[in-house]
Amino acid sequence: MPDLQDLYREIILDHYRSPRNRGELPSPPAHRVEGYNPLCGDEVVVTIEVDGGKLTDIKFAGVGCSISQSSASLMSAAVKGQPLEEVQRLIRAFKAMMSIHEATLGDDVVDDDGSLADLSPEPVDDADRYVDPASLGELAALQGVVKFPVRIKCATLSWNALAQGLDELEAATA
Amino acid sequence: MTVPEGPLDPEVIRKDFPILSRTVHDRPVVYLDSASSSVQPRQVLSAMERYYETTHANVHRGVYSMAEEATRLYESARVNVGRFLHAPDPEHEIVFTKNATESLNLVAHAWGRANLYAGDVVVLTEMEHHANLVPWLMLAEERGIELRYIPVDSDGRLDLADLDRLLDGARLLAVTAMSNVLGTITPLAELTEAAHRAGALVVADGAQSVPHLPVDVTELGVDFLAFSAHKAQGPTGIGVLWSRSELLEAMPPFLGGGGMILDVRLDRFVPAEAPRRFEAGTPPIAEAVGLSAAVEYLEGVGMERIRAHEVALTRYALERLDDEFGEDCRVFGPPAGLDRGGVISIAYRDIHAHDLAQVLDQFGVCVRPGHHCAKPLMRRLGVPATARASLALYNDEHDVDVLIEGLTEAGRLFS
Repeated sequence: MPDLQDLYREIILDHYRSPRNRGELPSPPAHRVEGYNPLCGDEVVVTIEVDGGKLTDIKFAGVGCSISQSSASLMSAAVKGQPLEEVQRLIRAFKAMMSIHEATLGDDVVDDDGSLADLSPEPVDDADRYVDPASLGELAALQGVVKFPVRIKCATLSWNALAQGLDELEAATA
Repeated sequence: MTVPEGPLDPEVIRKDFPILSRTVHDRPVVYLDSASSSVQPRQVLSAMERYYETTHANVHRGVYSMAEEATRLYESARVNVGRFLHAPDPEHEIVFTKNATESLNLVAHAWGRANLYAGDVVVLTEMEHHANLVPWLMLAEERGIELRYIPVDSDGRLDLADLDRLLDGARLLAVTAMSNVLGTITPLAELTEAAHRAGALVVADGAQSVPHLPVDVTELGVDFLAFSAHKAQGPTGIGVLWSRSELLEAMPPFLGGGGMILDVRLDRFVPAEAPRRFEAGTPPIAEAVGLSAAVEYLEGVGMERIRAHEVALTRYALERLDDEFGEDCRVFGPPAGLDRGGVISIAYRDIHAHDLAQVLDQFGVCVRPGHHCAKPLMRRLGVPATARASLALYNDEHDVDVLIEGLTEAGRLFS
């Protein structure tokens, strides 16, 4: 059974206590996206500035649990100043890391011996086959979240807001 | 049925509940989430299993013996549930639904659509669960009824200062009997009297009250009462709407299909009499058997004894929270007392409810973080979410002690 140290790793607690890039960029000119998790009430506001193919600045604000807030902080540190292709790569890699548990849904509910199926999420020791943790830097600290599937939505909240914001900017300039 | 004397012994009660002997993270489970869903005694589980093993058949239209037996069980369940609520005429007053939410939707759609039009007033409260709020918001959107709200005061009680003005000209009062966030037991009988004086009917959400204190629909005087089996130690998938038979008789159907008709032709249909008029399709028969076993179990323990147990245990919990954490732990709702049930929502320092619940899980403690399907109330309280512990007949002081232990650890981890 996963224990709390898988979830609340030091990096995560650090980013929760001392979040990076907290606040709101004035928008306009920054682009503003709101993310919201209706199941639990986590809220995030992501403001981004894009210039010359780079994500030149990013801030996040919001109210939520340690996972949602630290994930937003880790995200902001990872993407700030990066070329947009790299930002998109990080978004894809992070989502791939978070979607591991979905691959295990859809197994039989009742085992051959009549007992209920083993319901604990798959171990992430072989997470490498989905994404190379080395390519994610500090973000790999959030890997443990997949052992607590209910919290995955907390972790991806700000990432979905960022992805949405980038899509909206692309559509606007298309 | 003779009820044992003296206070109930949760240790004895727990032995009836198989799930309470499981472990979580190698620790005994401490189930403090009965407000969300309760756990079931083996008497309920065996009754349902026996039903499927010996007696299952579709109800109401069979001639063969098994169908007759199944029908008898289903209709006995109806009467037993009615008796549990002290209903004067259960056979004509108890409707089986999927859950309390469906029961309340039934009132909004079947009674509401036939009786409420643009400008008609429905009075609600700021503490309603979405189940007794959203159906009325839907009617407001659909046909322009006016919604008014009884506010909640800083103690988590209803502020009745303006009650007569709010009820003036109202057609309906929709109110919870006990808040699923604050534990507040509303003065339902008095509210009903005031509503009736103003010419309004009363629909009560009994999801939290029916499992935890004696409920007598005649004494309360309400016109509709809803509750869910799975919150009352019964199975999921079945709920109850109680209403006075003359009200049900005057209501058009809710869902259409088999079982709720007298006749069907290609151009029209004739609905059946109440309560069958509101039970379309094959009902949750096994679940009705389970619910009947659940109310029989609760009656065997005694609702007064259950209430007394929870009053004492709630007082213990609130005292321990105050002793251990003082101002660091904010408990929402009224102080311990007779207008409070065992639903305890807390905010501990600035630790988010999710994180509290996660740490508590390590101790085997099951509490629920979130807005508890009461978002307007959360806004009124000024918090996005709370962590909620809720007590039932199988909980004891040790459960509260482990809760305290877990909260202490959460405080350490997130300091």
